[in-house]
Amino acid sequence: MSGIGTGYDLSATTYSPDGKIFQTEYAQKAVDNSSTVLGLRCKDGVVLASEKLVLSKLLVEGSNRRIHNIDRHVGVAVAGLAPDGRMVANRAWDEAASYKRVYGEPIPGHVLCERLGSYVHMFNLYWSLRPYGATMLVAVYDKNGPALYAVDPSGSSMRYFGTAVGKGRQAAKNEIEKLKLADMSCREAVAEAVKILHKVNDEEGKKFELEVSWICDESGKQHQRVPADLLAEAERQAKAALEDSDMDD
Amino acid sequence: MLPRPTTHSKALGPGVAGPELAVATSAILDRPPQPSAHLPLSGAQPCFVDPSALADPRQHTKYPYVTGTSVLAIKYKDGVLIGCDTLGAYGSTKRYKSTQRLYQVNSKCVVAAGGEISDFQHIQTLLDELTTDDYRTDDGIELTPQEIYSYLCRVMYNRRNKFDPLWNSLVVGGVQEEGGPFLGMVGMIGTHYTDSHVTTGFANQLARPLFRERQRDDMEEEEALKLMYDSLKVCYYRDKVSMNKFQIAKVTKEGGVSISEPFALDMRWDYKLFAAPTQWAVGAW
Repeated sequence: MSGIGTGYDLSATTYSPDGKIFQTEYAQKAVDNSSTVLGLRCKDGVVLASEKLVLSKLLVEGSNRRIHNIDRHVGVAVAGLAPDGRMVANRAWDEAASYKRVYGEPIPGHVLCERLGSYVHMFNLYWSLRPYGATMLVAVYDKNGPALYAVDPSGSSMRYFGTAVGKGRQAAKNEIEKLKLADMSCREAVAEAVKILHKVNDEEGKKFELEVSWICDESGKQHQRVPADLLAEAERQAKAALEDSDMDD
Repeated sequence: MLPRPTTHSKALGPGVAGPELAVATSAILDRPPQPSAHLPLSGAQPCFVDPSALADPRQHTKYPYVTGTSVLAIKYKDGVLIGCDTLGAYGSTKRYKSTQRLYQVNSKCVVAAGGEISDFQHIQTLLDELTTDDYRTDDGIELTPQEIYSYLCRVMYNRRNKFDPLWNSLVVGGVQEEGGPFLGMVGMIGTHYTDSHVTTGFANQLARPLFRERQRDDMEEEEALKLMYDSLKVCYYRDKVSMNKFQIAKVTKEGGVSISEPFALDMRWDYKLFAAPTQWAVGAW
């Protein structure tokens, strides 16, 4: 089967003539084909929101978690292959625990993401390993304030005000650019995030569940799932906003 | 007096104890090092390399330095009360007067310690790692007091087996889902038991008689607090290394854990019998 990178895409140790490593690109594609995950850094914290397509009616509601607690002050949302994301999240947990044991302090965000980036990058170096097919959106609230990072399959970790990955990322990023995140509180951002996910997903038309978490002053600077009542209110607002825009069309 | 062995050296003659038989008893070998000018601890000559420095650099805990005194704990109708003072003593010196010897583990368990404060801080680190692990799995399940008690038993016993104990007497108190209030004690050699009232240190002798008399599992909170205050008072009256600044932790099913601000109790030192203790004693002169 001849595809884009025929001949140069068999291993992560082969460059193509135009300077790409196709295995890493393909790993990136695995992330791009997964359901949307977005993160918003507001003035008092960070919100992570992930859309989970309901694959089967037999699945227990709330199973197949895509947002993990790493330490009390760090949370991670996974986009892409879920088992790959779990491995990287476990590594993040090990890094956070060992930093705490050695330095006696919770791990700062930039240190954790640098370590995660190096770890993920290692899997792009060897013929015997395949790159992780997962992007991690890392929400941190340390003594330098709230921060949002994204670690992608190539191992690069960047810091963002707001970002989205997955199927609906282009549309979601357009919506995020319209928001004034620096002035928004996390409470408002939860409603915005849910609105964006509903809007982005509405184009697909499939049933889905939302997993939203935050880490902010209101949550005691600890990463946790958004309270059920706040989430329900945000969903209600999002559905109302969608109906309004449908009626306008 | 134990009979001392005698030497059979020809130079000294029969029945004489020579210098090579002057073996120090364990009481002398194990006591805290006495300060002495000019001479190194190991007993070597000055200006020599101290051989103990070349030996195994790992130390074994031999004696505690900064210590907390007794801890008192009782069960009552709604949960448990755990009380202790806020003193970290350096031998006889009342050095650190605001140490908190109560540690909240999670929303239903408190651990309190007497003994070496630094070892207790290490235990707090271990418990914090455990609860952060719980937080990480994020399934709504927390460690129960019984589980924390069992964990601490294993930790203390394993350290004792390495001849390097954590020099603490721990009290674990909390409420369980089924079974109501929980109270247990773990000692520095791994001895452990659970009971309706539990004490460490001097309170074993001073407070326990009061608890036996007055503690019941269905006590009201008022009554339980009164009992706690009376027992803390007795411990302060009779324990040299204690102070009049206490904290009480309350763990209940509805209210969770609350650790009080430090408070003082009214003490009286003008009892006639304290002032003139032998005045009415038989045979006083």
